[in-house]
Amino acid sequence: MKSLTHWLYDQKVRNVLIQIISLLVVFGVISVLVYNAATNIKSQGMATGFSFLQSKSGFAINQLPIHYTEDSTYFRAFLVGLVNTIIVSFLGIVTATILGFLVAIARLSQNYILNRLATAYIEILRNLPLLLLIFFFYFVVIRSLPLVRESWHISEVIFLNNRGLYLPALIHEPGSWIVVVAGIAAIILWFVYSGYVNRYQLKTGRRLAIWPVIVASMVGVAVLTLLIGTPFSWEFSKLGGFNFNGGIVVSPEFLSLYAALSCYTASFIAENVRSGILAVPKGQLEAARSLGLKRSVTLRKIVIPQAMRVIIPPMTNQYLNLTKNSSLAATIGYPELFAVFGGTVLNQTGQAVEVLAITMGVYLFLSLTTSLVMNIYNKNTLLTER
Amino acid sequence: MFLFFKKSCVYLAAMFSSVVLLAGLSSMALAEKKDEKKKESQAAAGATLASVKKAGFLKCGVSQGLPGFSSTDAKNNWTGLDVDFCRAVAAAVFNDPTKVKFTPTSAKERFTALQSGEVDLLSRNTTWTASRDTALGFDFAGVTYYDGQGFLVPKKMKITSAKQLEGATVCVQTGTTTELNLADYFKSNNMKYKHVAFETNDEVIKAYEAGRCDAFTTDRSGLYSTRTKMKKPNDHMVLGDVISKEPLGPVVRHGDNQWGDIARWTVYVLVEAEELGVTQGNVDAQKKSTKNPVVRRLLGLDGELGNKLGLDNSWSYQVLKHVGNYAEVFERNLGMSTNLKIERGLNALWSAGGLMYAMPIR
Repeated sequence: MKSLTHWLYDQKVRNVLIQIISLLVVFGVISVLVYNAATNIKSQGMATGFSFLQSKSGFAINQLPIHYTEDSTYFRAFLVGLVNTIIVSFLGIVTATILGFLVAIARLSQNYILNRLATAYIEILRNLPLLLLIFFFYFVVIRSLPLVRESWHISEVIFLNNRGLYLPALIHEPGSWIVVVAGIAAIILWFVYSGYVNRYQLKTGRRLAIWPVIVASMVGVAVLTLLIGTPFSWEFSKLGGFNFNGGIVVSPEFLSLYAALSCYTASFIAENVRSGILAVPKGQLEAARSLGLKRSVTLRKIVIPQAMRVIIPPMTNQYLNLTKNSSLAATIGYPELFAVFGGTVLNQTGQAVEVLAITMGVYLFLSLTTSLVMNIYNKNTLLTER
Repeated sequence: MFLFFKKSCVYLAAMFSSVVLLAGLSSMALAEKKDEKKKESQAAAGATLASVKKAGFLKCGVSQGLPGFSSTDAKNNWTGLDVDFCRAVAAAVFNDPTKVKFTPTSAKERFTALQSGEVDLLSRNTTWTASRDTALGFDFAGVTYYDGQGFLVPKKMKITSAKQLEGATVCVQTGTTTELNLADYFKSNNMKYKHVAFETNDEVIKAYEAGRCDAFTTDRSGLYSTRTKMKKPNDHMVLGDVISKEPLGPVVRHGDNQWGDIARWTVYVLVEAEELGVTQGNVDAQKKSTKNPVVRRLLGLDGELGNKLGLDNSWSYQVLKHVGNYAEVFERNLGMSTNLKIERGLNALWSAGGLMYAMPIR
């Protein structure tokens, strides 16, 4: 057996030792913090535990994707906030991705004006603080839109004023599920058929047209709807008292937050996409051109798939940022998780440690889920090396 | 290679567990020691007073800008009723009303600031409620302003009563009792409403002014005060309805009774002085010549009240000398000579039909 000193000089042992020590330090600091918080809370006679989640909330929330009233519990309020966060993050991610791709392609284009415009967009938006953008959108939106009684409208069906965008709501009547099922079946049919078209093209080199199937299935669904007597009706927004009632309301808080998050994140995604596209070897482009492929086909089939490998990891970061940035909504009154739970609930119950722990846990969960999905996607697009 | 790995694994495991054990034991011992220390400091009344004296100034939590209660003037000096209360406590402790460090807090942050010890005293138009007194670990030291919640509406809406607000959109600040009262009021009157909740008062005002809401609700004093900040104050009016009781007062941490007593009796000294006619101007003369035993006790000439609070016996004289009595504080910040022009109303002395009533100082 080697002597102790000798053993300590072993590189491998040392590496492990350093890791253990750092782990212990981290663990120690955390436990001291937790212990301190616990004793302080106890000595001040503050309420602890998670039983508050079952108490009545007593406050209202202005965007309700799920049922909620003032009589609901704090837990229900938490769910409302969570769903609102997910709604704005999901829509923001989708929009930011599309916008980001468009801006990136514009920035790479040979067209001078398009190119400059895209550059200006990116340089302005990504160099402004997001909070400023959110305020800008919010106050510009509510100040420039008309008052309720002077609403802009499209033939009295869609209304826009500084209280929001009012859309007609679709009311389901008995039998409507048949149409919904038929619609879903039609969409599945499109996918199956386009898969078949692709395989057919690989085999024979001829490409079948897809549009006749789409048109036919849509006509089919429409005829079916008419046959069973149109089991839908529209609920229109009507002006009554102070506001419009009925229909679907999209609040200006949501609109401005959504717009600010999408535009801001799109400017970063655009740069990621540009770097990805530029990373595709020039030879690939030249090869595509020499095969006589059209520009659009080259972009879709040659450039983007290869660029994706470079784009995905930094884009995941942007998705995570967008989700976390949505917590800035508290400043403009959009009821997302941090505003409702980390704000109102925290204040009404005073249980800062519990509320913030839950909030942090949720954001962590959302971020890790996004990461996981993106990693799986990344694995699938990786170059298979032979 | 594998053998080496296995061997070192065993070593490492043994080492790891021993280190963990050691660390655990030592941290437990450390924690216990700390626990004792903490218990001592918590149990011994006077921890807050001692730390305030040691720091040489009072850390006072105020609002981020509510004219008349706590806001900064053109020269960046803090003014207002809540601010003057902080100064009164500083005068009681240090005989110097300037020894205060003001910490502006939002409605949302204020309780955490007090709980965590970032401020020694919260004087921030905070409503006294049972849950704040119990679950949050606070003690309310008294009431410095009796308020009630109301509504501010644009005059052009031609509304005269809150009952006409059926279906209205109401702007409100989050983290306040206001938000809960609002829900209660509309529910008990069987009316529908929409609300938009913002984090800071400034955002609420901006949104209300931009027409996002039909009404703005908060404590009525806050409405008067906020109205002065608006671009066209005269286009807006405060409705007559009062939909809640909002007793506003200074808050301290639960558990340090001595500090709580200092804050509580500072409130009573202000009110009692008004009742006895002792003002900032005549307090010196009164101290020299008064024969009235009640005034003598108020000014600490007889009795040992100051010493029992852990302060100088002339603490109450210091408060009145530097800050004045309740009427003076009220007039200076909220009264007819200010932009706010708030009448005494509920905040008049009990003998004048109000609710201000000081417990006997003896």
